[in-house]
Amino acid sequence: MRSSLTAQLLIAVLGWGIALLMFFPIFWMVLTSFKTEGAAIATPPQLIFAPTLESYAEVQSRADYLSFAFNSIAVSVGGTVLALAFAIPGAYAMAFHPSTRTRGTLLWMLSTKMLPPVGVLVPIYLLFRGAGLLDTRIGLILIYGLMNLPIVVWMLFTFFKEMPNDILEAGRMDGAKAWGEVWYLLLPLTLPGVASTGLLSLILCWNEAFWSLNLTSSAAAPLTTFIASFSSPEGLFFAKLSAASTVAVAPILVFGWLSQRQLVRGLTFGAVK
Amino acid sequence: MARNCPRALTVASLALMSGLIPAGAARADATLTVATVNNGDMVVMQKLSSEFEKQHPDIHLRWVVLEENVLRQRVTTDIATKAGQFDIVTVGNYEVPIWAKQGWLAPMEDLPASYDTADLLKPVRDALTYQDKLYALPFYAESAMTYYRTDLFDKAGLKMPDHPTYTQIREFADKLTDKTHQTYGMCLRGKPGWGENMAYVTSLVDTFGGQWFDMGWHAKLDTPEWHKAITYYSDILKQDGPPGATSNGFNENLALFAGGHCAMWIDATVASGMLYDKKQSQVSDKVGFAPMPVGDYAGGPTWLWSWNLGIPASSKQKPAAESFVAWATSKDYIKLVADKNGWVAVPPGTRQSTYDQPEYKKVAPFAGFVVNAINSANPTGSTKEPRPYLGAQFVAIPEFQGIGTQVGQTVAATLTGQMAVDAALKAAQSATDRAVKQAGYQK
Repeated sequence: MRSSLTAQLLIAVLGWGIALLMFFPIFWMVLTSFKTEGAAIATPPQLIFAPTLESYAEVQSRADYLSFAFNSIAVSVGGTVLALAFAIPGAYAMAFHPSTRTRGTLLWMLSTKMLPPVGVLVPIYLLFRGAGLLDTRIGLILIYGLMNLPIVVWMLFTFFKEMPNDILEAGRMDGAKAWGEVWYLLLPLTLPGVASTGLLSLILCWNEAFWSLNLTSSAAAPLTTFIASFSSPEGLFFAKLSAASTVAVAPILVFGWLSQRQLVRGLTFGAVK
Repeated sequence: MARNCPRALTVASLALMSGLIPAGAARADATLTVATVNNGDMVVMQKLSSEFEKQHPDIHLRWVVLEENVLRQRVTTDIATKAGQFDIVTVGNYEVPIWAKQGWLAPMEDLPASYDTADLLKPVRDALTYQDKLYALPFYAESAMTYYRTDLFDKAGLKMPDHPTYTQIREFADKLTDKTHQTYGMCLRGKPGWGENMAYVTSLVDTFGGQWFDMGWHAKLDTPEWHKAITYYSDILKQDGPPGATSNGFNENLALFAGGHCAMWIDATVASGMLYDKKQSQVSDKVGFAPMPVGDYAGGPTWLWSWNLGIPASSKQKPAAESFVAWATSKDYIKLVADKNGWVAVPPGTRQSTYDQPEYKKVAPFAGFVVNAINSANPTGSTKEPRPYLGAQFVAIPEFQGIGTQVGQTVAATLTGQMAVDAALKAAQSATDRAVKQAGYQK
């Protein structure tokens, strides 16, 4: 009894410790965003200070936040929809109609994530230039959809694998075609998994900075570009950068909180057999 | 009802996507995309650009503001692939001659007489000229100088000479260092990078009589001059510098000096306006200015940097772009900034007429030092032995970004004690020699 109490206490302390450690940078960023530039770089760091909205006003006056935020939403949602549109049929085929090459294909798909993106920057840039996709939301949606496709396929594949083949077979006996199987049986039953895959893809798209910085300039620039415009090699910028980052992560943070239950349910889906 | 769902979804997503194709590709008016760094003076330009749009209702501006290194990568990719995403780019005087030679920049050919190119400070103008044509117009320019704390000097009974030498500077630094009170005699750039520590180190080596290459493009780093310069640099930072100097670049040193932790700091002249600004600096009433110190060899090349506006050869709207570039670098623009934000906020270092303004001299006591430093800046000056390259705090070849950053890391290792000066210079020598050999400079 006594030892289990100590163990519980230890786990609680450890859990809180890790949570605080993860949360601290975000807390510090929000705190810094309310400081003046001078206070932001003060040594020793100040915990108590007179808060100011100066940096937020400056950020707002220098860039049109809403246009960047709209682009972020459009390309994240677009990229995720595109990836799911390809990955659902793909994962279905691999999970329920595997061939001898399925395993190899899956591993090969994952291996494409091992290439550093900068290695293909110039070829992709030239392709985009030729296709007129530079600085367009469609261009970013394509890149994001394809970039996340391997992960999305893998996650969906594992979720689909959990589903008993018998249910689909019963559907086929009743005359369902492949499309019907996926739409009426597979997706409703694996919805938590599909939803968490979508959420993860959405977050990955939201935070992607390399391609958005390189392939957009103004018309299709998302929030990552917005943040990048507030750091500077000349002059102080910590407070402004923190304010810009705070408003940039706020939507996805709120969205994450709202969908927390769904996300956890999806990620632990099928964990207990 | 439910049976139609897949089709409805497809239609909806198609509609969503087609709605996302951006407008603005084809317009009768000119829409210029301006790529710039986010330094203070450029931010002011972005804010004031509505005045330009008012004067030119048929020209619209779109802004891409990025941090220097991100911008450099972004713009270089675009210009090298001739993708034409940008109509106006912000480029340093390091890039201008290199890019002009590559045919990446359009020359400035139809400037109005009122632009008065003769008013541009000569060293700045020369740095942007390639084969007798201007390939970019200067937005602001800087040289380097010595900042010091007048109160600490007074307290220690020291006096900064009008033309300090590095020997004197070292004595001052030793006397002023008071580590228990977190006051450090000397702050210098230590963060590795061609534009960070190597900008300062290269100018230090210049005045100690060293150079990067001889006329046959053989690296000259493992020489007594470099040895002396790096030993000086490493010793003064280890003994009189702040802890963790290898993470300090321009900004970090600015913060340290503005927070009262440095007795002296040698860096770009652009810091003077920031140190003098009460909002940014706790020592604004105690800053003294002096020229850059000299070592054994006087009269070598001296620091000059300018941020300029250029027009990529791939721009499809060159006349409109040129009218904006001319506006943003004109006397009228400087006057406009003065009217809106005060004379102390005008972009420095480009025009003699700025320094002839009595109002400017009154609010900016450092103006005289800055204009002298820039006017006497001589990036093409001769090193002790003849050299095949130009530039004072950099080597004006495309490969220098890579070489400079690699040597910068080796030099930083001498500060942390990971490498001795001897070993560091030997390593830097062979790396540099290999790089220029591979690039085909050595015959």
